[in-house]
Amino acid sequence: MSENPVYAKKDFVPDQEVKWCPGCGDYAILSSVQMAMTKIGKTKEEICFISGIGCSSRFPYYMNTYGMHTIHGRAPAFATGLKLTNPKLAVWIVTGDGDGLSIGGNHLIHLLRRNPDVNVILFNNEIYGLTKGQYSPTSRPGLVTKSSPFGAVDRPFSIASLAMGAGSTFFARTIDTDPKHMIEVFQAASEHKGTSMIEVFQNCIIFNDKVHDEITNRANRDDTTLRLEHGKPMIFGKEKNMGIRLNGHSPEVVKIGENGITEKDLIVHDEASVFLGHLLGAMERPDFPVPLGVIKKVTAPTFDDGIIDQIKMVKEKKGPGNMEKLLNSGDTWEVK
Amino acid sequence: MENVVIRFSGDSGDGMQLTGTQFSNTSAIMGNDISTFPDFPAEIRAPQGTIAGVSGFQVHFGSGEINTPGDEPDVLVAMNPAALKSNLSQLKKGGTIIANTDAFTEENFKKCGYPGDPLGTPELEQYKIIKAKITTQTLEALKDVALDSKGKGRCKNFYALGMTYFMFGRDPETTIKWIKEKFGKNQLLVDANVTALKAGINFAETIEEIISPFKIPPAKIAPGKYRQINGNTATALGFIQATQAAGIKLFLGSYPITPASDILHELSKHKNFGVTTFQAEDEIAAICSAIGASFAGGLGITTSSGPGIALKGEAMGLAVMYEVPLVVVNVQRGGPSTGLPTKTEQSDLYQAVYGRNGECPMIVIAASRPSDCFHMAFEASRLALEMMTPVMLLSDGYIANGAEPWEIPDLKKDYLKIKTRFVDPLHPPKGDEKYLPYKRNELLVRPWAIPGTKGFEHRIGGLEKEDETGNVSYDPINHEKMVNIRAQKVANTAEIIPQQEVFGDSTGEVLVISWGGTYGSTYMAVKKLREEGKKVSLMHLRYINPMPKNVGEIIKGFKKVIVCELNKGQMKTIINANFKCNAKGYNKVQGLPFKISELVQAIGAEL
Repeated sequence: MSENPVYAKKDFVPDQEVKWCPGCGDYAILSSVQMAMTKIGKTKEEICFISGIGCSSRFPYYMNTYGMHTIHGRAPAFATGLKLTNPKLAVWIVTGDGDGLSIGGNHLIHLLRRNPDVNVILFNNEIYGLTKGQYSPTSRPGLVTKSSPFGAVDRPFSIASLAMGAGSTFFARTIDTDPKHMIEVFQAASEHKGTSMIEVFQNCIIFNDKVHDEITNRANRDDTTLRLEHGKPMIFGKEKNMGIRLNGHSPEVVKIGENGITEKDLIVHDEASVFLGHLLGAMERPDFPVPLGVIKKVTAPTFDDGIIDQIKMVKEKKGPGNMEKLLNSGDTWEVK
Repeated sequence: MENVVIRFSGDSGDGMQLTGTQFSNTSAIMGNDISTFPDFPAEIRAPQGTIAGVSGFQVHFGSGEINTPGDEPDVLVAMNPAALKSNLSQLKKGGTIIANTDAFTEENFKKCGYPGDPLGTPELEQYKIIKAKITTQTLEALKDVALDSKGKGRCKNFYALGMTYFMFGRDPETTIKWIKEKFGKNQLLVDANVTALKAGINFAETIEEIISPFKIPPAKIAPGKYRQINGNTATALGFIQATQAAGIKLFLGSYPITPASDILHELSKHKNFGVTTFQAEDEIAAICSAIGASFAGGLGITTSSGPGIALKGEAMGLAVMYEVPLVVVNVQRGGPSTGLPTKTEQSDLYQAVYGRNGECPMIVIAASRPSDCFHMAFEASRLALEMMTPVMLLSDGYIANGAEPWEIPDLKKDYLKIKTRFVDPLHPPKGDEKYLPYKRNELLVRPWAIPGTKGFEHRIGGLEKEDETGNVSYDPINHEKMVNIRAQKVANTAEIIPQQEVFGDSTGEVLVISWGGTYGSTYMAVKKLREEGKKVSLMHLRYINPMPKNVGEIIKGFKKVIVCELNKGQMKTIINANFKCNAKGYNKVQGLPFKISELVQAIGAEL
């Protein structure tokens, strides 16, 4: 669209009652997405939200745009068909750690591999909420739930590492307690051409309350998270005196001013570096602060462009399709 | 001799499919009626010389009416002992065997379990055997061609083809033209194959007395322009024509599976029609992408076979709930589970009609023969678009791979326009008015508003929805109402499908009911019995759910009903449940099509 539509947040609020639990982190994400939608330069009718099944997947009902609430884990497949059929649409997939990584894991990795120009918001609360509290593929080992009364034995996924491995061209992280950061990240995702994957740390107040407390509470969040900025050294901590340095092949946490370490020794964040993306994806608690913001943003051909260009190329080569001609081609014969 | 059945059989690498295709093309162009069927193993290249590696291609051609690839071959071309062994029981008593004696070696006898040379044993006494050193004579004929002996050996199928061309007076020009087009850039291969073909013809001529050639005059075929077509190609082309007629994009989401993959292959060739083909990561993604495409305003299509259809069940339910157009093709094969991937069966009828959770009715239609796949693919698309609901199109391995002549249809007359239910984008709801995505017309069909259309923004989902608004609703009375509306909508499809036709009189002793890909056999069997003066008629169903409105009336006109199908009696059960006519079944579940002779016998026993 050439004209830039002017919207207020309320334009994206439909008349439907929102039915998440009081205090759920989803409310803040919804509000931030509605706010972000006023800033992405797309008209309401060009936006489509697509979800699978789960608490997060009720999301499309709460957005006054076009929307599809689909089946468990398959939203990326629906989104691919939608985008290929109408590439002008701004397509937003909303999923969770169960929907996107367990039942829908296959679709998610293939989406990232193909890189259609769509956005994925994955709410990670490390639990199944809608089925009332079973451990998920991101739950930490030992988590006691209804289906793991003696503690979960599974090892969890690192969503970032999984996305990097699948060839994600845009990966970002944000937290449900920080609306400003969420809006920035959603805008950055919208601007990226290709599949933008956003992991949102989200709190499930009922079944996994305070699961992200270590990185969200005011007392230590500055020490447990690393806010990434492209082109800036990796500095964190309340006193802004901690940093990440490369020691051989591995990153390490260092204190600026100790042992002669200065800002110049720290890794400078480069969104366009595939290697740095893998490194940041592998940085986990408790050894490292959790990287937040845009971890990776690289340019790669999109699936939708590839498909459209190929159709265009074949049309130019063979001429537009003519069924009459096609049926009469090859071996035909006349019976008199 | 009016009609002849010939079967080319050899190792999967021997080029038998190509040989059979050439024979059938030549016969069609010479004015014969034809029907063909390839029979190949699921393994791509099973060990050479073994029964598992035998690949066959059967051609039924002649001057009379032909509707099937033929019950029993009159002539068997056996390129090795395994080909003889695996086909002998099907060969007509007194039939002719052309044997490539070069391959009749001790080693090959062992590989397929013959104790010694079967030629000349009492088992073969009742057949006419023509021995030919096909391999060595091909090499001899090509001794001056600068190809290695492996390359020369590959031409032996054309030598065999040449022999059959002489035997049935076939004009080799069509094949020579084809060879030139196919190998045009490689003059060596052109020379080698043409030389082998001619050598085969010449050899047969020299042994004319043994071979005793037949004359097969052209068939009486309605005037018009014809081409050959198999079911999978016809299905693909029918879909393209339908989306052109509806003025919308065709989106195919598919995952490779035998015997449906050729529809994906065919559609992938035709991107210049604006066709999008998406080879998805699995069967589920394939159908889900198609539903996404339909939400966006295209016609979403997904093609598969039984095991893949099982995986798509949940998504089909969603499309029923959404009420969006969608076509699901099941090219049926032998089941259950992986079953018999390359063999034919009709055992997915229950799956098509009932195989989803909840009260989940779908329109089900079935193609009756290879060329009918074009029409029924068009029909499936038309019904999906006009009724805004998913449609299951049933085909099967037999008609999907079988080929026959097809009079090229008049597109402008019969396939020109399909109605769509798009909202008028120039008249969005005004003021407080809201778009009601589930407000219905007289057939209970809802409107289609697609993303990008201003003022019609709405959300759809798999949760039960409130009547008209489509908002999520858990209200018990509303749920029952919606279940009834969706069922009634599918039932209303009967208003826009043609009346059921009957072959034969509208009343009589026995009504034979068949459906889908068995039409050629059941029609020929009933025709034969009627020629004998029997009071038997055929009702062949192509519209299965709902059935045409006059089906019940037709059934009432007969004393007995017999349902012939390649399963354990699924259509029989549906017919008895709906029409209480105490129908009997004639069933076969061997992965093979019906023979006309067995049907004549089974139906005849009821008269």
